[in-house]
Amino acid sequence: MGMTMAEKILAGKAGLDKVVPGQIVTVEPDFAMSHDNAGLVIKQFKQFGLPNVWAKDKIVIPLDHRTPAESVESANIHKEIREFVKAQNITHFYDIIEGICHQVMVEKGHARPGELVVGTDSHTTTYGAVGCLSTGIGATEMAAIWATGKIWLRVPETLKITVKGKFKKGVYAKDLILHIIGRLTVEGANYKSVEFYGDTIERMSVSERMTLSNLSMEMGAKCALIPFDSVSEDYFKASGLPFDKSKAVYSDPDASYEQTLDIDASALEPQVACPHNVDNVKNISAMPETIVHQALLGSCTNGRLDDIEIAASILKGKKVSKNVRLLVFPASRTVLLQAIEKGYITELIQAGAVVMNPGCGPCLGAHAGLLADGERVISSSNRNFKGRMGSAAAEVYLGSPAMVAASAITGKITDPREFV
Amino acid sequence: MENIIKGRVLKFGDNIDTDIIYPGGYLKERDPKKMAEYAFEGHEKGFSKKIQPGDIIVAGKNFGCGSSREQAATCLKALGIAAIVAKSFSRIYFRNAINQGIAIITCAEEIEKIENHENIEINFETGKIKAKAGVYGFPPLPEHMLSILKDGGLIEHIKKELSAGK
Repeated sequence: MGMTMAEKILAGKAGLDKVVPGQIVTVEPDFAMSHDNAGLVIKQFKQFGLPNVWAKDKIVIPLDHRTPAESVESANIHKEIREFVKAQNITHFYDIIEGICHQVMVEKGHARPGELVVGTDSHTTTYGAVGCLSTGIGATEMAAIWATGKIWLRVPETLKITVKGKFKKGVYAKDLILHIIGRLTVEGANYKSVEFYGDTIERMSVSERMTLSNLSMEMGAKCALIPFDSVSEDYFKASGLPFDKSKAVYSDPDASYEQTLDIDASALEPQVACPHNVDNVKNISAMPETIVHQALLGSCTNGRLDDIEIAASILKGKKVSKNVRLLVFPASRTVLLQAIEKGYITELIQAGAVVMNPGCGPCLGAHAGLLADGERVISSSNRNFKGRMGSAAAEVYLGSPAMVAASAITGKITDPREFV
Repeated sequence: MENIIKGRVLKFGDNIDTDIIYPGGYLKERDPKKMAEYAFEGHEKGFSKKIQPGDIIVAGKNFGCGSSREQAATCLKALGIAAIVAKSFSRIYFRNAINQGIAIITCAEEIEKIENHENIEINFETGKIKAKAGVYGFPPLPEHMLSILKDGGLIEHIKKELSAGK
């Protein structure tokens, strides 16, 4: 019996010829990422009384969750992280200028095919888009990695999703993954590795693939892998990032899948995830009139150049409704600079958007742009849990960047196909 | 970790996410005692005052889904929650709870029949939960995870390993 992508990477890391689902392996990650919660990791690490971290060049710390500091408490945490980074001479530290950790990890070349990355953030699954097994862990076990370089991981079962066909105009990778979560439910991939295949996936850019791998977490996935191919290779080359093609792994033809799912992309229409679970997904045509007070474009799910481009193309020459606040949080400084160069930022600001600094923003309710009681938001982000973006009496709806832009114009959740 | 835990039940449903257990606005808090005050703040304001040390959480499917935030486990540990029983756990929450030294039980049987505030008994030796409506079986945790729990959490477990020179 052959092996899946996750089985091959974990077997390689554990120094074993073969692993099977359910087996527990002890492995050393290629990179270990923490964001603002590095503060918590440092606190735990100090309990071990060790003078040095395991590998100063394998720890990556991008600050993004509460940047720039919104409170004295956060400012103190950031200060402590900077002091620790200096004292330990941590190589890969990205202060508040760079952007969202998952975007930075890929942009800076810390996510590479065939490698293993763990991060103290659930959306660490994002790097599966470039064939990297990446998964979220807690702060205390990250401290244990900083101390020992090791972590135990359970070898996951694998779920194979094959997507064929061309999207209709106005339908995007975001709609596809919301549709999949709606079908499989919020625990449909719990503990599992997801592998994506099919011509629809092969045609997607790395950015679109990142949306799939990122949001797979919302059905519980441990990791969500897309085989490294010419598209990913071109991305690494164009970005000037080093990579070792020989490390890329591919499933064996006789690999064992716990479950398979086939999707016809051409049959999809724009999707909306309604409050308060990400699997509460509806076709846009089935939505009742839903007034929104805020529209959010950004996050690790959909804050990249192509997302900003589609929103700008819809909003160019139009006006954001006077009843809506459109907030734009580019995923990274690199993305923001490119969007400025292409003129998208000017178009968005002229239309009435408020452009914020790269970072997580209000996505997790910890920074700027929170919602009041009774307000609704249409957001390109990843979670619509009760209280996620501020008031517990607010409602979060999730959709594509195009839907966010269209809804910002009309003041209600709107089918983007009317605008593209 | 005791072999037998007895306690009062706090009952929850399916998909209790980390924003319900510990809302994102409190992530800058670093003192576990303060974190305890915000436990289940997304469920009901001031809910942590209703929690007593030794209480046992009984929940449905996918407990702890969402964020990797460990505070969602730390706050319950600080309140003295004795164990969490659920039909299933999200994977990161499962890890965090063990690493914080919280006894965690995955039980696929009809635990939804267990009532809020009733007293139950969990026996780790026999793998049984004794409640008013019946007795429910659960599989033991793998030895590796059990050893972390027995040491009181991952920090103490690693300290032990480091001092043994492993």
